[in-house]
Order: sequence, then C-alpha cells, then structure tokens
Amino acid sequence: MDFLLDDEQQALADAVRGLLKGYDAEKRRTVTEDDPGFDEEMWKKLADMGVLGLPYPEDVGGSGAGPVEVAVVAEELGKVTAPEPFVEAVVFAGGLIAACGTAEQKQEHLAAISDGSVLPAVAWHAPDGSGEGVTVNDDGTLSGTKEPVLNGARADLLVVLAGGRLFLVSGADVDSHGSRTSYRTVDGLRAAEVVFDQTPATPLGDGSDMSESFRTIAAIARIAYGHEALGLMDTALRLTTSYLTTRKQFGVTLNTFQALTFRAADMYTSLELTRSIVTWATMVLADSSSTPAKVREAAFRSKLQVSKAGRHIGQEAIQLHGGIGMTMEYAVGHITARLTAIDHTLGDGRDMVAALSTSLTDHGVVEPLP
Amino acid sequence: MKLSLTEEEQAFREEMRTFFTTKIPKELRERGATEEGESFKDAVVTTQRILNEAGYAVPNWPTEWGGQDWTPLQKHIWHEEMQLANVIPPLAFNANMIGPVIANFGSEEMKEKFLAKTANMDIWWCQGFSEPNAGSDLASLTTKAVKDGDDWVINGQKTWTTLGQYADWIFCLCRTDPEVKKQAGISMILIPMDAEGVTLRPIQLIDGGHEVNEVFFEDVRVPAENLVGEENQGWTYAKFLLGNERVGVAPVGATKRNLALVKETAAAGSSDGGIDDPLLAARIVELENELLALELTALRVVANSTDGKPHPASSVLKLKGTELQQAVSELAVDVYGTSSLASGARDTGVPLAAALAGPTYLNLRKASIYGGSNEVQRQIIAGTILGL
Repeated sequence: MDFLLDDEQQALADAVRGLLKGYDAEKRRTVTEDDPGFDEEMWKKLADMGVLGLPYPEDVGGSGAGPVEVAVVAEELGKVTAPEPFVEAVVFAGGLIAACGTAEQKQEHLAAISDGSVLPAVAWHAPDGSGEGVTVNDDGTLSGTKEPVLNGARADLLVVLAGGRLFLVSGADVDSHGSRTSYRTVDGLRAAEVVFDQTPATPLGDGSDMSESFRTIAAIARIAYGHEALGLMDTALRLTTSYLTTRKQFGVTLNTFQALTFRAADMYTSLELTRSIVTWATMVLADSSSTPAKVREAAFRSKLQVSKAGRHIGQEAIQLHGGIGMTMEYAVGHITARLTAIDHTLGDGRDMVAALSTSLTDHGVVEPLP
Repeated sequence: MKLSLTEEEQAFREEMRTFFTTKIPKELRERGATEEGESFKDAVVTTQRILNEAGYAVPNWPTEWGGQDWTPLQKHIWHEEMQLANVIPPLAFNANMIGPVIANFGSEEMKEKFLAKTANMDIWWCQGFSEPNAGSDLASLTTKAVKDGDDWVINGQKTWTTLGQYADWIFCLCRTDPEVKKQAGISMILIPMDAEGVTLRPIQLIDGGHEVNEVFFEDVRVPAENLVGEENQGWTYAKFLLGNERVGVAPVGATKRNLALVKETAAAGSSDGGIDDPLLAARIVELENELLALELTALRVVANSTDGKPHPASSVLKLKGTELQQAVSELAVDVYGTSSLASGARDTGVPLAAALAGPTYLNLRKASIYGGSNEVQRQIIAGTILGL
C-alpha cells in the first residue's frame, strides 16, 4: 500500500504547476471577465503538454495515462483556481466518448480533444432539474432544452443525454437548429441554455442505452472533481494561515487569538481527511480488481466528504480573512465559489448520502482495502 | 500509489484475524464495556497473557524485550484486527507507556526486573501524572520527591489514576528540583502501590462506574534504584510516553465495530430507532464515511512514515478519532431510545447493549479529555503544523 506519487507522476505535477505559474486571483478575474470564461492560450498549452489527452489510449491520440495522472492535473488546476475546464471536457465529456463511442468516433473526436482543436461539453441536466429535458424525434433529431450546460456555448461538440442514450451534436448544428444562450456561473465560469430544435444528432456508440456507462463516467468525473476541490481547499488553508500570521489588529497578528487558530486547526483536520478519501477513490479507480459498482461507491464517498469539507473550509477561509475574503480581488472568495460549484455538479453531499443509504445494509463495516 | 496489501501483508492480516478470533476465548471478547471488579481484572490479565505467549502483547517494544520487527503497517493491522475481534487490548499503562520508557531509558537492572513481568501482566501498572492543579498543564505538578540517604521520600497527590485499584505499581512524575524551570525539575519514580503511606481513594464517574482514583503519598519511601533513567529528566520521558499514548489512541476498529452493531440493531427493527427512518440512515451513512476517512488517514500515516518521523496528519487521528468514538456512542443511545434509560437492567427484557448504551455514552465523554485533550491537539496542529 502506498499513498504517494511516483517520480514520473511527481514530474507531471511539477510540469503542470510550472505551466500554471502566475495564475492568481487577478489573472483569473481578467480571464473570466470575457467569454469563454477560460484562457484559450492556456488551453492550447495544456494540449501541447499532452494534458488534454491524458486518459485516452495512445492509438486515438491520447497518452494512455491512468487515474492518478488525471488526479495530479486536476489537483494542480485546483491549487491555483484555474478556470480551464479539464474535468468537464477531458474527464467527463471525452470520457463518455472514450467509454461509449465506436472505433471511428473515438478516432475522430479524441484526437481532436487531445490536441485542443475541439472542446466537448456534456448536456445532461434539464433546466428544472427533473427528467432529461430532451427527446429523440422519429427522424433521429433532438428537441428540447438542456441547462445549465457547462461551457455549452463555447463547445464544438456536445454529448447529449436523451432517453438513456447518448448523442453527439456539433455546436454548429445547434446554432442552425436551435440556440445557445451563454451566461456566467456561480464560480465566474460559463454555462449555457442549449435549445435543440430538430437538431441533427449522431448516436454515440451503437445507439443502445448508455445509462450504465454514463453513471460510471459520472463517477470518474466526481473522483476527478474531488482532486480539483482538494487543491482548492489546500490553497484556501494556506492563504488563511498566511493571513493569520501577517494581518495585525489590536497591535498584534491575528494568530495571537486562539479562537482563530483553533478554527484553522479544524480546517486542517477537514483537509487531511479529505485528502485521504479523495486519494483512496482514485486508488480504487486505478485498481484493476475494482468493479464499476465499487468505483461508483468510492465516488459517492469521496464527493460526500468533499461536499462537507468544501463548505467547512470555504466558509471558514472567508470568515477568518474578514472583509477582504469577500472581494473579487482576493483569492479565497474565488476558491469558495468554485468549491460551491463543484459541490453542486453531479450531485451534492445530500445526494451522495441518499445514494449511499440504499446500500447501507449490504455491509457490516466499510472495508477500504480490496 | 497502490491500494492493495502485498501478499505477505494479506497473509499477516489473515494470521492476526485467525489468532484473535480463535485463540482468545469468546467469553473474554464478549464483555460489557462498563463491567468492573475481580472478573474484569482477570479478563484483562488472562487476555494479555494469551497475547504475550504468542508474542502479540507488546509488538512496539524493542525485539530483545519481546517486541516484533514489524513495519508500521503490520502494527496497524495487528491493532485493527484486535479491535475488530473485540479483544481487550494490552493494558496501555504496561504496553504503551512504562514498558517502552523502561526499555529506552531504564538501567539494565531495571529492564531485567520489570520488562518481562510488565509484558505478562505479572505487574499491573498505573499512571501517576495528573494532579488536582496539573491537568493539561502537566509540568506544573507539585508531588515532591526528596533524597534521604539511599531513599526517595515522596509526598503529594495524584489524580485521575485509571484502574489504580488493580495496580501493583505506579509510575510517578515527581518534582525533584523546585528551583529550576518547571519542566527541568521533574523525575520519574516507580512506587509499589502497597508501600507504606500510599492511599487510594476511588472517584465515582458520571456513568456510575469506578475507573479512576486519587492516590495520596505521605512520606512514602522507595530505594534510589526506583528512579527511571536520570534525575530531573522525567519530562523527557513523559513526552516520549505521551507520544506513544497518542499513537493508536484513534480507536478506528472498535468504533467501526460499534457502529456496525448499532446499524444491525436499527436494521433488525428491535429498537426505538429503525433504519427505515431516512434521518437515522443518513446519520449512519455520514458516520461510516467519516470513519472511512479517518481509517484511510491512519493508513496513510502508517504506509508512508517509515523514516521514524511522525507524519503530520497523525495529529488529526486523536482529535477526529475520539470525536467519532463519541458520535457513535451518541447514535447508540438514540437508537435504543427509551430502553437506554434502563442502565441497571440485567437479565430483564431490555437487552444488555441497550442497558450499556447510556453509561457508555457518558463514559466516553472522557475520550476528548484524556491523552492530551482535544484542545491540546488543536494547539499542536495550529502551532506545530500550521505555524500559527
């Protein structure tokens, strides 16, 4: 058993960190001011580094890396609150194509995602949160509305969930047979209302029901989000302790007050517990003996902890900073906003509790090891 | 990164599981948490002697004194499997506290005299640290030891002496130099509980049980050789000992086991709270998840701390471990509901587990106080880890 990165994984972390150097609150603020809500140049640099094709097989243009490498990238992006949609596009949207697509579809799209020429997005959520929002017409076109579709207006390719099946729809086809309305999300990024109106669509894979695969890839995205959130929380605590040791009030630095340092200690506890469970979920995913059911359970468990700790650390980071934590100029507010968005993407803590409740009596104790 | 145990580690886990579930008699593993008296003493001694015979009582000691050349992960597995099998663990005062101190700092004569008997429970030790005015601020203790010829003469009072009523010996922190900085004037002295001038007075706790005591010393004389290590070095030994006390103080396996038992009861529908209540189910889910995070943190600490330095995350183990231990005991009282009022019921309609739930809940309030209170743990995290 080993919870540490190997040398190559550490080198990947260092390389990504080097690339993201200079990403601070001010840069994020500038970048997210305009559409598409992330830095296209940075996206291209990530592509050049091979990051965008990390989890895909080499024969379709990817690097054939495993879940640990994906985790490393997500965590580094989280540490600097980078707005680039790595988990959304590479892990979730691309992951669905890699898991469900035909050989031709994988060949065509995964190489394009890897080199940064195509940005994919998943359209899974109906505007009011109930049902699927989109139906398949007799002629195979799609009609209905998905919202919020993360990066939905910028996306070149949409993976659409309808009737338990998945469809590929080009962004251009939506614009000619439907519409896309872009807006800011709670964390300053972009999402869109995507209206389909007899929009041409290609079934992903053989056109059969893909619910099972969708659940598994959603689980893998939840696990990757856990690492991004871990990076965010790590930085939130680091900024908070640094602030407590430098900010002076009543003539002394704030770390003189035990009421504050004890709260920072509790943030550390939350962070380390989260690090353990998030890392474990990736190890479950990477373990060849893990069934899809086991991976989904690990994802529920990871996201439940991320939800609780993200709220705790995000809220406390702002409170311990005081007024400055409320401002767009300062990083902790961005971090808390992003943690809030991650919490409510693909199910929040309460949803995870509900999912885990259904299997509560299947086991006596929870066994973390295979 | 790798999740699984090696084949050797898996075999080791199996070996431990088999040993604990087959070699320790069932009746020794099915005891109520609050039982006391001679039968309790016998159970503790008998269990530890079975463990000791197999070499499993004091694995953390140096190998020449009965310890095992195990990796931190193996020690963790030993400890977890022991808890999962509900085995009474080796007495902490012997196995985790005075034993390692004597093995590391005692003279050869002292090691010969005490270590084997300490491992085998031929001697039952208790701890003379806390005093009425020295709790979390332990170094301000005032129990005095004065050299008189070849003897030490001890006067003062200790308190919170856990299980002192069964003890043969007490290891005592005494002030031997009142003139220097408080930490620099403390020595550790071993005192027989039947020495003249030693008086033990029980303290009754809120669960109705007798677990801790006050111990009074009035002109108690012990020979000079009873000094552990060097004079005025007691604080160093105490810190070493308390470091050991905190290791393994996160009772993950036992808490998991208790939570599984409460869940089983709630699922059987034989209690006030049933698992079909979504609010109760949600509480169990959340506790299971927090326990998982804690267990994984413990595994992280043991899997990646081979250089002998404590892993920074280890300080959260005591803090979170005791919080979860308490939370599960609270859940048990809630599940048993009104039946839990019947704490004195034995062989009536109320099940024993329901009768024990309330006293256990009250008793476990101690967990966040002993072994360095959880506020002391927060102080350590804030100061040592976060640099605040």
